Formats: sequence, structure tokens, C-alpha cells
Amino acid sequence: MSELPDGDVHTSSIWGLDPDWTLLFFGWLIASASTLGSLFFSYVMEFAPCVLCWYQRICLFPLVIILARGLFPLDRHVVKYALPLTAAGWLLAAYHCLLYAKWVPASMQPCGKGVSCTEEYLELFGFLSIPFLSLISFTALMSILIALKRRSPE
Amino acid sequence: MKRILFAATCLVLIAGFFLGASYYKTWRAAELGFMAQEHASTFVRPHSPTLGSDDAKVYIVKFTDPACETCASFSPFVKQAMDASPGQIKFVIRYAPFHEGADEVVRILEAAKRQGKFWETLELLYRRQATWTRHHRVLLGEVWPLLPEVGLDVERVKVDMRDPRIAAVLEQDLADAEALGVRKTPGFFVNGKPLEPFGPRPLAELIKAEIREQYPE
Repeated sequence: MSELPDGDVHTSSIWGLDPDWTLLFFGWLIASASTLGSLFFSYVMEFAPCVLCWYQRICLFPLVIILARGLFPLDRHVVKYALPLTAAGWLLAAYHCLLYAKWVPASMQPCGKGVSCTEEYLELFGFLSIPFLSLISFTALMSILIALKRRSPE
Repeated sequence: MKRILFAATCLVLIAGFFLGASYYKTWRAAELGFMAQEHASTFVRPHSPTLGSDDAKVYIVKFTDPACETCASFSPFVKQAMDASPGQIKFVIRYAPFHEGADEVVRILEAAKRQGKFWETLELLYRRQATWTRHHRVLLGEVWPLLPEVGLDVERVKVDMRDPRIAAVLEQDLADAEALGVRKTPGFFVNGKPLEPFGPRPLAELIKAEIREQYPE
């Protein structure tokens, strides 16, 4: 990496960190915080996870390890492996939100038995439901990975 | 630098998780303690089957599912505690039939209560649980032949269990289980304090602590 343009100082200068590395680090941080958050919901608050929640976790949990692996040493190819998982997770989260908000009819629900996917566990500040939290995480992760992809030379 | 930042972040995240967990548990226990004082009826309803002296100051509330194996295996621990402190413990049964079909078995228990055979029937169902449950499902057909063992009039049970008052009992217990955050069975509360962590030894310790507090020597 050569000299950075003036507009791009905020991520690079303070500790001398490479901006791509910092971006990826934030992606890893979001994945880790979301993973711990989902574990907190099920093991501390004892909310039973529904089927859709498990599918989203399948996309989320590996990112903690994959993104961390891409940090040491910085490997921009990590995007190639992490982005499909993130995209799948984002689609599932989006579908879950639609279901939760009753914009998709309940008959299309994949989970008839066990915990209902529209079960209301938590509404932080009146609008932050668990599926919405998931959607926010996946959206942030996707933006970071796409940004990294655009910045890479090839 | 990067490695230190990474390692420090890992530590902060993990520490945050455990601090959050301990904070949440303390907060939850305090909230339940408050509920035990202000809304004692959420823990014990007039319809709830109880065992032990009315003067007892230590209430053990057990949210149970007759089809739940762990509930059955906890049954002797409560008995041991009651034998160890005669007259000081009152045991309350609440229903949380989370297994498929277990609500029917709860209806049978309530009908057995009308014949004065509640505790005998509960004990029988726990003891013979393996014969009437398979893969966490209730085989109701296997329950009927067991009932005469404790002297129940099965035909009367079949009529009584359809009483809408029994449906109301079930509904109330499930609503209270939800209000108290019982999502797994058995759900124990000793004078409103939830069993945390779960296990026979923590239960014995919780009961002992509560007896020491209520009956100082």
C-alpha cells in the first residue's frame, strides 16, 4: 500500500493500521458480537431458537473463524469465501423479518412445529426484534465485504 | 499491534458475555424475588396440588411435565428434603406440559385429584414413565391400564378430565409458567428464587439456604 489520499486518513493513521485490515477487522468484530449475542439469547436468556434462526446461525458462526483467518496475514481473498455465506444469511434474515412483520403469509412458514418463527421474544426500543438485529448484522457484514472487494486491485 | 488488538478484542467480547450473563441472572433473580412478594399467586394458585404443612415457611414450587424424564428423576430429591426438615417445607406442583400430548396426562392427574389419588397417580406415572412415553411423545393408550394400580376409577377419570375447569387450570399454569420464564421442565422455585444453576445438588443447597433463613436456630 502506498500513500493514501487525504480523505482516507481516519482508518489508517492513528495506529498505523492498513485500512483494508481495519475494515475486515470490523467485519470480524460484527460477526463475533452477533455470534455471542445469539448465544446470549439462547443460553442466558433461554429463548428457544426457531428453525430460521438456526439457518441464519449456520451462515453466521463460520464467519467468526473465516474472517479471523483472513486477518493474519491480511488476505483479501477471504471475501470470496465469506461473501456467499453472508449473502445467504442476509436473504434468510430478510425473509425472517418479512415473516415476523406478517408481510409474508404464515402458510409459507417453513417451521410448523417447535418454536414459531414469529414468536415474539424481544422488542428493544419498540422495533428491534431478534430477526431485525440479524438483518442489521448481515447488512453491515455485506457492506464491509463488498467494500473490501471493490478496493482490491483485481 | 494487530495481534494485540485482536487478542484484546477477543478478551473484551468474552468478558462482556460473561459479565452480561451474570448481570442478567442477578437482575432476573431480583425481579422474581420481587414477584414472589408482590404477586405470590403467580407461584401458587388455589387450585395447585400441595404437599406438607400449611405452616411451612419454605415453598418449593415445581413446574412439571409428567412426561419429562428429568422431572421424574427429581421427584426423590424433593422428598428427601421434606423428610429432612419435617413441617418446614410445602411442596407445590404446577403444570408445564411441554411434551406433545402431555396435557392429556395432566388432565388425568387433575381427574385423579378428584378421587383423592393425586400424589399416588403422579408417583405411578413417574415410575412407569418408560411404558407410556416413546421418543418424547405420550402414548395415551398405555396410560389407562396403569391407573387401576392406584385404585382409580378409570371411567370416572375419562369423564372428569373433560371438565372445562380442568382446561382452565392448565391454561392458568401455562400462563404463569410463561410469566415466570419457565421454558424447560422441571422449573423449580424455592420461595420465589429460581434454581440456578440447575441440578440436584444446587436444589438441595437452595432449599437448605432458605430453611436457614426462615428458621434461624
